[in-house]
Amino acid sequence: MKFALTPRNLVTAALLIGLALLPLYVALTGDRFMLTLFTRIVILAMAAVSLNLILGYSGMMSFGHAAYLGLGGYTTAILSFEGVHSGFIQWPAAIAVSALFALAVGALSLRTRGVYFIMITLAFAQMAYYLASGMARYGGDDGLSLESRSTFAGLIDLSDKTTFYYLCLLLLFASIMLVWRLTNSRFGMVLQGVRSNETRMSAIGYPTFRYKLTGFVIAGTLCGLSGALIANHTDFVSPSMMFWTRSGDLIVMVVLGGMGTLFGPVFGALALLFLEQFLPALISTAVEPFNPAGAAKAGEYWQLVLGPLLLFVVLFARGGIDGMLRALSRRGADAERARHD
Amino acid sequence: MTLFIEQCLNGLQFGLLLFLLAAGLTLVFGIMDLVNLAHGSLYMLGAYFAATFAAWTGSFVIGAVLAIIATLLVGMALEVIAMRRLYGRDHLDHVLGTFGLILFFDEAVRLIWGPGGLSLPVPAWLNRSIEILPGVQYSAYRFAIIIVTLAVAAFLYILVMRTRVGMLIRAGASNREMVGALGVNINLLYTLVFGLGAALAGLAGMIQAPILTVQIGMGENILILAFVITVIGGIGSIRGAFVAALLVGFIDTLGRAFFPQILVELLGRQAGSTAAPALSSMLIYILMAVILIVKPQGLFSANSR
Repeated sequence: MKFALTPRNLVTAALLIGLALLPLYVALTGDRFMLTLFTRIVILAMAAVSLNLILGYSGMMSFGHAAYLGLGGYTTAILSFEGVHSGFIQWPAAIAVSALFALAVGALSLRTRGVYFIMITLAFAQMAYYLASGMARYGGDDGLSLESRSTFAGLIDLSDKTTFYYLCLLLLFASIMLVWRLTNSRFGMVLQGVRSNETRMSAIGYPTFRYKLTGFVIAGTLCGLSGALIANHTDFVSPSMMFWTRSGDLIVMVVLGGMGTLFGPVFGALALLFLEQFLPALISTAVEPFNPAGAAKAGEYWQLVLGPLLLFVVLFARGGIDGMLRALSRRGADAERARHD
Repeated sequence: MTLFIEQCLNGLQFGLLLFLLAAGLTLVFGIMDLVNLAHGSLYMLGAYFAATFAAWTGSFVIGAVLAIIATLLVGMALEVIAMRRLYGRDHLDHVLGTFGLILFFDEAVRLIWGPGGLSLPVPAWLNRSIEILPGVQYSAYRFAIIIVTLAVAAFLYILVMRTRVGMLIRAGASNREMVGALGVNINLLYTLVFGLGAALAGLAGMIQAPILTVQIGMGENILILAFVITVIGGIGSIRGAFVAALLVGFIDTLGRAFFPQILVELLGRQAGSTAAPALSSMLIYILMAVILIVKPQGLFSANSR
């Protein structure tokens, strides 16, 4: 594989280096808030990477992906509540629970397609949501706080924020690596074939149902692990993390970043959480010259801008951020070729 | 027994209300092939309009009529400005674009009406209970809802089955390209259908306003129920939406009222009362999963795509 210095590759490299060096920036400036924000970005990016595997690469439009975040989180929190603090038990349990749930949901939902698939995955996620709200012992609607973060027999200390950030970043890179290896394998080629024409794939003789189910379970499992991370990050789980609008957020991240691209979901998670965090201030600054008194208040209504922005991305920028970078790279390459001719 | 009759009526009332939402959703779904998550926002707008207009005019009925007209206009404007550009695209685009619209509407409502909810009092002439059967008292307002929604359902039936516009709507649901090829003004038909759906959603919101508080995000929960109904009933089928809405209304209401008792009988007090709240909320989703597994196209599919 050849790496050219296109804008797309440069931006991606800058993103990765930036993520890796972030704790250094925090140590220099003392801006602890950035570390918290970026830990969240990295964890949700991992969830988006897992969703991208089924949504982007194989066209399975799952609208219940937040359920796995919740399942992974709740497994961790419940074990902690019952006195099991070891991460060596909690995390594999979170992975196992979400894998089993994905297996059951996938086996039933993949019999349907199109809108029906969207809706049935949503229905299962709602079931998980109501299950969590109904568990009176574990806080019900109010959610459940973690007594302490997962322990790893003294090997790593998750309550140290920098250590936790690097662990999350490591796992994010590992999942991107996994998706990269998978999509370039025979298995991944079949999944991408299913995305473009499932009838043809099954006519060639591939048992597409089994391939799709395997992909579905891998994505759910990976997302369950990020659920265990997010429970450790916020020290708290609640049913609202499984509500259908959360699943919508994950889809937004994938599409905003660029579907079916390796680093797209990371861009998407970064962009969405950045907008969430800094759009209010941006709007306030923009309103300031016209109406100084109302500037602070105007910032509160940032979703008024975000909503149409999403619609705009859907209508005019199908490829998302990665698509824009790619278009930029292509234009650069064309200019290069024109100069040589 | 009295309780049972009352809960059955509540189930009927809730089911009919859900039908108003699901009918609009299934029409838009079936004809324009558009997944419209923002349908719940129109429901919310209907409730806000009703509360505002009723307070302005001082009359519940005038407020309600104005609210329905206002939602109709918002719906038609929404179709012309945004939705029209989404037709013929991927379902994923619909989900994402209309998800953005939800954010927009929630925030716009917060900007206009403020973060606190509104309330719409039940008019005095409906704020009492009537004796519908010997010895059975029932809220007059809820009884009025049943009558109004049944009338709307009958109106929809006549509109869709007995008029020329309805014929075009049905033709659109089974084969869109053909209707366009035969020279029907598809753009106008789409705007009208979307407006009709919006008005029905607005009516549903207006009806619910005195029962629940009018607040931001009220559309998000009920939207999913309406989607469940369209999917159970089969996309594009109004008849399917009607049957499925009643089914969901009854199961949800009766499930919440009596399922906990049944569970306690079956599993014993301890286990039963722990499992009950979660299971009774999950009932309709379980119903949907079972129906889709047995009939992946829903109960009454309008088109066999």
